[in-house]
Amino acid sequence: MGSGNLGPVEQCRRRGANVMSEAAHIPMRRAPGGNLITRMLSRVISGRALVIAVPLVWLLIFFVIPFVVVLQISLTDAAIARPPYTPLFGDNWEFYGDLENYAFLLSDALYINAYLSSLKIALISTLLALLIGYPMAYYIARTEEPKRSLLLMLIILPFWTSFLLRVYAWIGFLSLNGVINNTLISIGIISEPIVMLQTDFAVYIGIVYTYLPFMILPLYANLVKMDVSLIEASQDLGASPMSTFFRITLPLSLPGVIAGSMLVFIPAIGEYVIPALLGGPDTLMIGKVLWTEFFNNRDWPVASAVATVMLVVVVLPIILLRNAQPKEPS
Amino acid sequence: MNRRGFFLPTAALLGFVFLYAPIMSLIIFSFNENKLVTVWSRFSTKWYGELFSDDQIMGAAWISLQIAFTSAIIATVLGTLAGLVLTRFGRFRLRTPLMGMTTAPLVMPEVITGLSLLLLFVGMEAFLGWPAGRGMTTIIIAHSTFCMAYVAVVVQSRLGDMDDSLEEAALDLGARPVRVFFDITLPVIAPALISGWLLSFTLSLDDLVIASFVSGPGSSTLPMVIFSKVKLGVSPDINALASLIILIVGVGIAIAFWQLRRGMKK
Repeated sequence: MGSGNLGPVEQCRRRGANVMSEAAHIPMRRAPGGNLITRMLSRVISGRALVIAVPLVWLLIFFVIPFVVVLQISLTDAAIARPPYTPLFGDNWEFYGDLENYAFLLSDALYINAYLSSLKIALISTLLALLIGYPMAYYIARTEEPKRSLLLMLIILPFWTSFLLRVYAWIGFLSLNGVINNTLISIGIISEPIVMLQTDFAVYIGIVYTYLPFMILPLYANLVKMDVSLIEASQDLGASPMSTFFRITLPLSLPGVIAGSMLVFIPAIGEYVIPALLGGPDTLMIGKVLWTEFFNNRDWPVASAVATVMLVVVVLPIILLRNAQPKEPS
Repeated sequence: MNRRGFFLPTAALLGFVFLYAPIMSLIIFSFNENKLVTVWSRFSTKWYGELFSDDQIMGAAWISLQIAFTSAIIATVLGTLAGLVLTRFGRFRLRTPLMGMTTAPLVMPEVITGLSLLLLFVGMEAFLGWPAGRGMTTIIIAHSTFCMAYVAVVVQSRLGDMDDSLEEAALDLGARPVRVFFDITLPVIAPALISGWLLSFTLSLDDLVIASFVSGPGSSTLPMVIFSKVKLGVSPDINALASLIILIVGVGIAIAFWQLRRGMKK
């Protein structure tokens, strides 16, 4: 926040603090405490550097280096050993790595199809989440307090309950003798139950259901800040509600749309639990393929290659997401 | 104007029905006596009894609670430091990489995080001899890492809203940065730390994919046990478990919400 945005009270307070500090600077400054050792130590490593180093080093070790390890193992071959892959370097540091696993991913249609199918499922689910989430976010943004906080809480509440159990709830809902089929049959709309579980449809539902809060919250944050007078101006000038929406509201809310969509799209690509529980045997998703390679086939190098390619696939949407976030004033 | 006045509330209402109907039916059918989960016979609490006598579920729940408690503390400390560094330390050379590293875990597909951490642990064991085998320690490290990103986001937004002239005044008056942090910053951002801790706790309690990769024999977490049961189909005792978890979380959130409202009114 620049000092130009500060209210008069803030400015006075800040000015006052500066005046006070100028007047009282020298007498108020405490003598550096501590014994000789801590004083010498603090000269070598400043407290500031230490505070920066702790999260930085942790993330370096447990977030960045793991990717290097994955990349490294994706260049080796599976072997019956512990750990189950061939070494990347020989005893005299000869390099044994090759791109065999990547060639294998390209040669077997299963993998390419799995990537494409994941992208398709993630895209359709994102669009569905946008269609359901946008009116909800808009409605909440135009609601007065205190009802607004209550509605927001209702959006966030499911996010706090178990993801796994929320997916599980849909099994009971969609199965052949599940709630939906039983209801439809008892009303008399259908006579035979509809197959919904173990289809791609169930996977779409599952993804939309679990990630809907991620779509609504960025949209809400954007819509609530929107200048209503622009919409009023458009209506006063005779634009229909439809044309106002498509020419004013929607373009202005585009950053929120992109942020929400990416927050649904990115995790949906690598989703494992939802296709495993709600999808059928022919629901092809790359997260499921990676899981099978790792846990069932115990082929760590191929699993690593699958992960590396998946990482490349999600990098572009991640960059889009970062650019959609509001820039911090510098 | 009239048409939108009708369309929006209806769409929002349907959206909320979509969000809550499955959860509601889960809770209702947990009180169903019938073993066939979706066929109602009569009211009964017998599945809750069966749940508490299931040693496998109870043991896994205890493991999960321990992991969630510990990793939430570590994640809160690390995430607060990261959030503080990113909002209050101005520009420094590694700022952009640090920012990327704290936001990336939020969107990283879980299968990638899980696989990469497992491969790291296996490699570390081969080279350093630590961690010996996999179990609760490795799950705690993995959960702390992805939860700290959430804490960092919460803390950053709180620090962004905070009036930093308070800190400046304290610094100008000669307080050391460490003292300013503990006496001024920390009390102001305490609500963010609490919600960050709670968020980490629930995220850790809920994680299936990452834990499946980095767990070892004898350290199956609650979601892992639930998942292996659920894969075989719907079972009423899982309904009972789900209802209990939803109830506890729902009450907790409602209390937090009420406290927040009361705090805002003051």
